[in-house]
Amino acid sequence: MSDTSLSFPLNLPRGVTSISRDAYDLHMIALWLCVAIGIIVFGAILWVVIYHRKSRGAVAASFHDHTPLEIAWTLVPFLILVALAFPATSALMRGADTSAADVTIRITGQQWRWRYDYVNEGFGFLSSLDAKSAEASRRDSGIDPHTVKNYLLEVDNPLVVPVGKKIRFLATASDVIHSWWIPDLGVKKDAIPGFINEMWARVDEPGTYRGQCTELCGVGHGFMPIVMVAMDEADYQKWVATKKTAQATAAASAGRTYTREEMMTQGKAVYERMCVACHQPGGEGIPNVFKPLKASPVANGPLAAHLDTVMNGKTGTAMQAFAGQLSDLEIAAVITYERNSWGNSAGDMVQSAQVKSARK
Amino acid sequence: MTDIALDHHHAAPSGLQRWLFSTNHKDIGTLYLCFSALMFLTGGSFAMVIRAELFQPGLQVVEPMTFNQMTTMHALVMIFGAVMPAFVGLANWMIPMMIGAPDMALPRLNNWSFWILPFAFAMLLATWFMPGGPPSGGWTMYPPLVLQTGMAFPFLIFAIHLMGISSVMGAINVITTVFNMRAPGMTFFKLPMFVWTWIITAFLLIAAMPVLAGVVTMLLTDKYFGTSFFDAAGGGDPVMFQHVFWFFGHPEVYIMILPAFGIVSHIVPAFARKPLFGYRSMVYAVGAIAALSFIVWAHHMFTVGMPLAGELFFMYSTILIAVPTGVKVFNWVATMWRGSLTFETPMLWALSFIVLFTIGGFSGLMLGLAPVDFQYQDTYFVVAHFHYVLVTGAVFAIIAGVYFWLPKWTGVMYDERLGKLHFWLSAISVNMLFFPQHFLGLAGMPRRIPDYATQFTGWNMVSSVGGFVFGASQLIFLYIVLRAMSGKGQPASGQVWEGAEGLEWTLSSPPPHHSFSEPPKLH
Repeated sequence: MSDTSLSFPLNLPRGVTSISRDAYDLHMIALWLCVAIGIIVFGAILWVVIYHRKSRGAVAASFHDHTPLEIAWTLVPFLILVALAFPATSALMRGADTSAADVTIRITGQQWRWRYDYVNEGFGFLSSLDAKSAEASRRDSGIDPHTVKNYLLEVDNPLVVPVGKKIRFLATASDVIHSWWIPDLGVKKDAIPGFINEMWARVDEPGTYRGQCTELCGVGHGFMPIVMVAMDEADYQKWVATKKTAQATAAASAGRTYTREEMMTQGKAVYERMCVACHQPGGEGIPNVFKPLKASPVANGPLAAHLDTVMNGKTGTAMQAFAGQLSDLEIAAVITYERNSWGNSAGDMVQSAQVKSARK
Repeated sequence: MTDIALDHHHAAPSGLQRWLFSTNHKDIGTLYLCFSALMFLTGGSFAMVIRAELFQPGLQVVEPMTFNQMTTMHALVMIFGAVMPAFVGLANWMIPMMIGAPDMALPRLNNWSFWILPFAFAMLLATWFMPGGPPSGGWTMYPPLVLQTGMAFPFLIFAIHLMGISSVMGAINVITTVFNMRAPGMTFFKLPMFVWTWIITAFLLIAAMPVLAGVVTMLLTDKYFGTSFFDAAGGGDPVMFQHVFWFFGHPEVYIMILPAFGIVSHIVPAFARKPLFGYRSMVYAVGAIAALSFIVWAHHMFTVGMPLAGELFFMYSTILIAVPTGVKVFNWVATMWRGSLTFETPMLWALSFIVLFTIGGFSGLMLGLAPVDFQYQDTYFVVAHFHYVLVTGAVFAIIAGVYFWLPKWTGVMYDERLGKLHFWLSAISVNMLFFPQHFLGLAGMPRRIPDYATQFTGWNMVSSVGGFVFGASQLIFLYIVLRAMSGKGQPASGQVWEGAEGLEWTLSSPPPHHSFSEPPKLH
């Protein structure tokens, strides 16, 4: 797995949807057109540089315009552009037709992960950078990224779609603008808070397709990959069933009382997924940018204030409201973890029932 | 250069006062150019940090926050501090001499428009020393992200206000000068191309900069005074910011390239020993590009979810720009055709400008095609594109102009051997730096990321090495210019270049303190 050999990729992928193939074809037409024009123009320049140089005894002519020629090199490029506009227009129109979709998935960008909601199936989940990449990407981690499989392009919970079905994606965001892109799908749309953008894809081949957020969204912008697994309809249905069962189980056990140990383990996992980008692994934060949790007045003070900060965020800062992103249990676990780690000694613990009653 | 001023009547005061209170177009031009050089070095050093971090995957040099601050500040400093002031500096030096005027029309305004700049950039750069550091939301300042900026935020906004005021005053001065102070007989269609491109640029500045000032003020009130211009939760629209910003932003792009067209249109005829081909169509092409620049802005935002009709309109208007731009390139080639070419340093830079700017134009055409733009948008393909038009376009033209006019300004020839060394090192390294970024973008690498997937390593290494060599090569340029400014080198004649045409070459090198005390006679 330690593949340190350098690769030098050159071109767009052709992709696995009709949209991505449209884009690829148009890209190649435009590219070859530019190459052809380039050969003519640069060829002419090379010609004058070689043959019309003073050191070869070239004597300057004195002409300074030629109306028919000038009209020609205004009109001909114009006509070429008109010709180019035809395939571009039809490709754009095909890509814009989101009607008659089989599956609808809502994508919510948030700092710095994606949330996928299967609108018709009634379940959803967060998809964050995998732990191995996150660890290796830390400065002075000592881990060579080449030893991490799919470095920065791997997530904990991938998006799953059936092949051959028209999937409609509805993109939005909960904090700042993000942009959702998988090159092999040929679709990219900004996820904008307060607005919903539509895009669609029909994936032809089963496989795993990777992309990244493509709109600057803060410190974690480079660390919110997109992974989509396309599988056969039968496998997809099985996956949907598993997800639904898991969601039901989680809901059933949510009210149960957990031990401190269980809470600390769960809390650490949540912390590493959700909080570590800003507050850092040791809770030390980034001076003057992100507050430390270690020895902080919130993590060592009254529980109510801590709950309020985590659930409702801090206006005017990068601290967002997590009430809508995490379950009661997750919030309880991560607060318990923060209050009892890195020398913080509030000593108390939170149960999900407390979080539930704080929601209102 | 100090003694130029003294041997003339109406001499400027010497020492610090000369520079602080100067109302002389040449002194102010020199101030602008020196300021621009300083900002090139500052913005360049940020770029070196960026390329060092991107040399290999993983984080080695800076934290992601610092990386974002570097990209943001690199762009702001280079656009508003380096490229724009360099063109204003060249305009100050050359326009009065080219139109046969003694000075700029509004000399005190001229002094003021320069001296605002150091304060603007002191404010912007001071954010490095504030808690939380400089802005990190990108030079495009998209809300809601930019509203997460800490203490640096108001400094960013007010610095931009100041830069805008400076630019607009500079533009007013150029227009007033050209409209009122042309030598008798110099009609508009006898104006040198550099003057033409600058008038059009000046109108673009006056139209575009207030739009930027307005939109950043709306950001300011959104952050501190409870308005919701760009906040959907309060009835606003974050995308509206992008529309207004790019309504400024696209003309801004041409503000940075039209004067470059002007410079190249002087250098190419001079070293081809042949008049500029298609002068009138050159003027019309610049006018057409400027007019189109106001109706193409949304091609920067094809992915925000515009209606189909909107995307089609902006796609068509965008690719249409290729027509007048093509006319310019064809005219330059036709100017050289059957000329008698020599390849002194300014010509080398101008020639490479034509080739490399055209490559930037090609990628621009490709980016204009909306269905593929979805694949290119916000990837390194875009980064490659705008660095080809801004570095090998605008910056190469500025460097070409400096080599072309330096003997006129200082009265001495620069070191030709060093100039050629500077050119070849830069021309090779800049292509190593930016060409592979096309491939990175096509292979899927997003822009503005501090760390990347391992398959992008190879090209990033090439790009970084190119970047370091390109950065270091500019120190040669600094040495060459400083040496000429200190008066070392062969004395230059008034004509300087065998094939150079225009009023500026009828003056001595260096020219008198007041360029033309009496209007020259045109033939």
